[in-house]
Amino acid sequence: MGTPPRTDETHLDRLREDAEPARAGADTAVPPALGPGELLRYAWRQLTSMRTALFLLMLLAVAAVPGSVFPQRDIDPVAVRRYLVEHETAGPWLDRLQVFDVYSSVWFSAIYLLLFVSLVGCVLPRALVHARAVRARPPRTPARLARLPEHRQVAVAAAPADTARAAEEVLRSARFRVDVREEPGGSSAAAERGHHRETGNLVFHLSLVGLLVSVASGSLLGYEGQRLVVEGETFVGVRGDWDSFAAGPWAGEEDVPPFALRLDRMDVEFEEDQASALGQPRLFAADVTYTPRPGAEPRTQTVEVNTPVEDDGVQINLSGNGYAPVLRFTDGQGRVVHTGAVPFLPQNANYDSRGVLKVPDATDASGEQVQLGFQGVFLPTVTRGEDGTPRSIFPGDANPMLALVAYTGDLGLDDGTPQSEYVLDLAGLHAVRGADGRPIGYQLTPGQSVTLPDGLGTLTFEGVTRFASFDVRHTPGQSAALLFSLLATAGLSASLFIPRRRVWVRVRPAAGGSGGAAGGSPGGSTVEVGGLSRGSDAGLAAEVDVVVQRLAERLGEPPGARADGAAPGVGDDGTGNDQARTAAASREST
Amino acid sequence: MSVDENLAGISNVLLYGAMTAYVVAMIAFALDLADGQRTAKGEAARRARLEREAAKAGGAVATLPPPAALARGRRRAAAVATSVLGVAFLLHLGSVVTRGFSVDRVPWGNMFEFAVTGCLVVTGVFLAALVHARRNGFAGGRDLRYLGTFVVGPVLLTLGLALRAWYVEAAELVPALDSYWLIIHVAVAFLASALFTIGFSTTVLQLVQDSRETRQREGRRTGVSFMAALPSAQELERTSARLHAVAFVLWTFTIIAGAIWAQKAWSRYWGWDAKEVWSFVIWVAYAAYLHARATRGWDGRRAAYLSMVGFTCLVANFTIVNIYFVGLHSYAGV
Ligand code: HEM
Repeated sequence: MGTPPRTDETHLDRLREDAEPARAGADTAVPPALGPGELLRYAWRQLTSMRTALFLLMLLAVAAVPGSVFPQRDIDPVAVRRYLVEHETAGPWLDRLQVFDVYSSVWFSAIYLLLFVSLVGCVLPRALVHARAVRARPPRTPARLARLPEHRQVAVAAAPADTARAAEEVLRSARFRVDVREEPGGSSAAAERGHHRETGNLVFHLSLVGLLVSVASGSLLGYEGQRLVVEGETFVGVRGDWDSFAAGPWAGEEDVPPFALRLDRMDVEFEEDQASALGQPRLFAADVTYTPRPGAEPRTQTVEVNTPVEDDGVQINLSGNGYAPVLRFTDGQGRVVHTGAVPFLPQNANYDSRGVLKVPDATDASGEQVQLGFQGVFLPTVTRGEDGTPRSIFPGDANPMLALVAYTGDLGLDDGTPQSEYVLDLAGLHAVRGADGRPIGYQLTPGQSVTLPDGLGTLTFEGVTRFASFDVRHTPGQSAALLFSLLATAGLSASLFIPRRRVWVRVRPAAGGSGGAAGGSPGGSTVEVGGLSRGSDAGLAAEVDVVVQRLAERLGEPPGARADGAAPGVGDDGTGNDQARTAAASREST
Repeated sequence: MSVDENLAGISNVLLYGAMTAYVVAMIAFALDLADGQRTAKGEAARRARLEREAAKAGGAVATLPPPAALARGRRRAAAVATSVLGVAFLLHLGSVVTRGFSVDRVPWGNMFEFAVTGCLVVTGVFLAALVHARRNGFAGGRDLRYLGTFVVGPVLLTLGLALRAWYVEAAELVPALDSYWLIIHVAVAFLASALFTIGFSTTVLQLVQDSRETRQREGRRTGVSFMAALPSAQELERTSARLHAVAFVLWTFTIIAGAIWAQKAWSRYWGWDAKEVWSFVIWVAYAAYLHARATRGWDGRRAAYLSMVGFTCLVANFTIVNIYFVGLHSYAGV
């Protein structure tokens, strides 16, 4: 790999080390023959080391990927079932490896839990160190400032004592914390700023813990239910009135507030004019009347994809819509045994929809009890393909048609096993056949009726209404999650953008000035400025230059008038770097 | 509300104009690099001469300017390239704005529009960086013009791909995208992606420069000689780190804004939808990169590789995930 191009960080190992005493020695190899206690300490150190954190982060990224490649049970259970059917050998193995439940799998959880344990173990000691560091004096001036990444040396006319005072003032006004120390042969000011870089880092990491807890509380205490509602129908948040319901371990149907929601009208528009976007959805809007609890004032609202009903921690979203043909069935005795809208579930973007009508208690012409079932498709804008099969070419209901096959026999409703409203259990049923012995396919347009053979009755397609699907959710911890995310972002910004810098200014009597007599040096002073920074910090050089310049200004001297070793810019082409010149200080690149 | 097809047509013409200008700018940037290589050779010779003379005069050469100073000469090709890039940006901006007006909404409703607007942001960010650098007299290694070829190249490539593979006519939005969160979430995502892209280019240069410096140290032939005109690997690393840091914060914000929107639109702020998974993977990969920079033994080249992994995920998220993975983020007409 060669020697990595280390950045200015190389110089900062010292800086890092004193911010990270807990890390010291963490990288060393295992000493031989450890006792159990030491082994535990060693393991803990390894777990909380930066390297482990890095490794776990990489692992987390990799582990998240399969969840986007394989269908996930809690997002699309149907796709998982299909996958298992299509992959007979691999499927069960993948299932055993929890590939269809990645984000609740043992391995994914293990990775992020370890990561968070490591995080806490790393960050808490750091926080303690930081708390002390905030109050500590800036570190003592290094003996050889010239070895720091930034170093300037200038000569000034002012006396050492005045120069030292001026340096302190300059540093303080630049919002440094300053500590002046006497040294043999002079004095030095140690200055430091940017502690909140570390504060930001700690806030960031701890906020991630807060975020994790918030998310966890949401899945423990939250619930979600789905319900399909036909225009004119009302649905209430009570036990049993759901198409599907799922709750965290500490929540249940009894936690849902007893609201009532009536779908007054479902408004849907599709692109009709522009050929290239024909049939694309343009508007889904459900006009609803919402009553928070029995007896409360109802209010009307238009629920759209991005505007849910929000009330009392419960959020009701519009999650889907479709057609519900209104069907009437008159049995052989002339009794109306079914009348009402039957939702047909859309299967594709053109709303080819499938649905089922179950008529459990009809009586045929001969007085016999019969059960009937109808199964078929609803096509909102029908056209016929070349082979004559009808299909929908547009999702709007411009030319609707209903195509059904009728069944009689046992609907299987009486044996107590719960059944889906949208499928016929064909096991006990047989198709109604025509004179040729083939099942009859009925095709109806609104207003049409068909009469079934054998005195079974008459089915009328009265018209079309729509339904809307609603998604009801309660997600506690949602605001806390947002708060912690924003806090994390703020901390992150502080941690990345606040430069943490140390600047030292050493003032000595000018060498050779009036015979170099110690103490009295009317010949002025030599000022050395050194700068050190944590992380990549392009502004450090400028910061040090500014310190030098302000110092000169404060002392009333033209900047760089008596700079030592200010060589004329070799190779200076006269276009640029004024900065280097104004500083007029000898810059030593390390 | 309907689509103004005239305006949509003008938008396309402007886009082709912009692409032409981009090609010119890229060529000019490449010429500048070639120029820089010659200058660098001349400068090296001059430096050697000066050192010899100084040695003869008996004094040590205290302060030779750092090599980055070489890049600071008067660079006519770079100046032309920057101006042409400005023109390209204006044409491109015109194209995006007319597209927006033709459909009466923000012009980022499908993949074609994402790509085109995203490229506009990349160019905009890059130009802003150049203007900023110019104000500072291109001082302190901030002259990013050497990056021109490596920024304009990917932009052109993406625009070409967008026009060939993802072009769809201007149309109104599907209801799911009809939200002001679309503006916020996607706008920030654009900015973040633009910075990640420029950061990626810088990282590639850093690695090439680093290999070159290693070979140079070992006294071997250095090959890619136009790199001589570029800043040192260390300087490139710093630039790339700064770009990545800003981009990472913006990406964090993108995810937060996306989660807020998801809560509104789908009633859950996080659901491990394919797109969400990949946004998370990208975030973690770049977090790993930032971590690596602070981990001993992982800074330098290895960290650079991690940032490249992050960028690969970013590109995959935009292409493969949008097209092949089903999810709530699959948009009408791609
Ligand atoms: C959930 C997992 C974590 C994520 C997403 C994460 C992310 C980050 C990011 C983005 C940074 C760069 C910003 C900055 O400098 O503050 C960072 C820095 C840092 N992280 Fe983490 N981190 C995670 C876990 C950990 C763990 C487990 C440790 C301890 C072992 C740790 C220790 C540090 C330290 C010490 C820094 C500062 C590096 C420096 O600038 O000196 N982090 N982290």
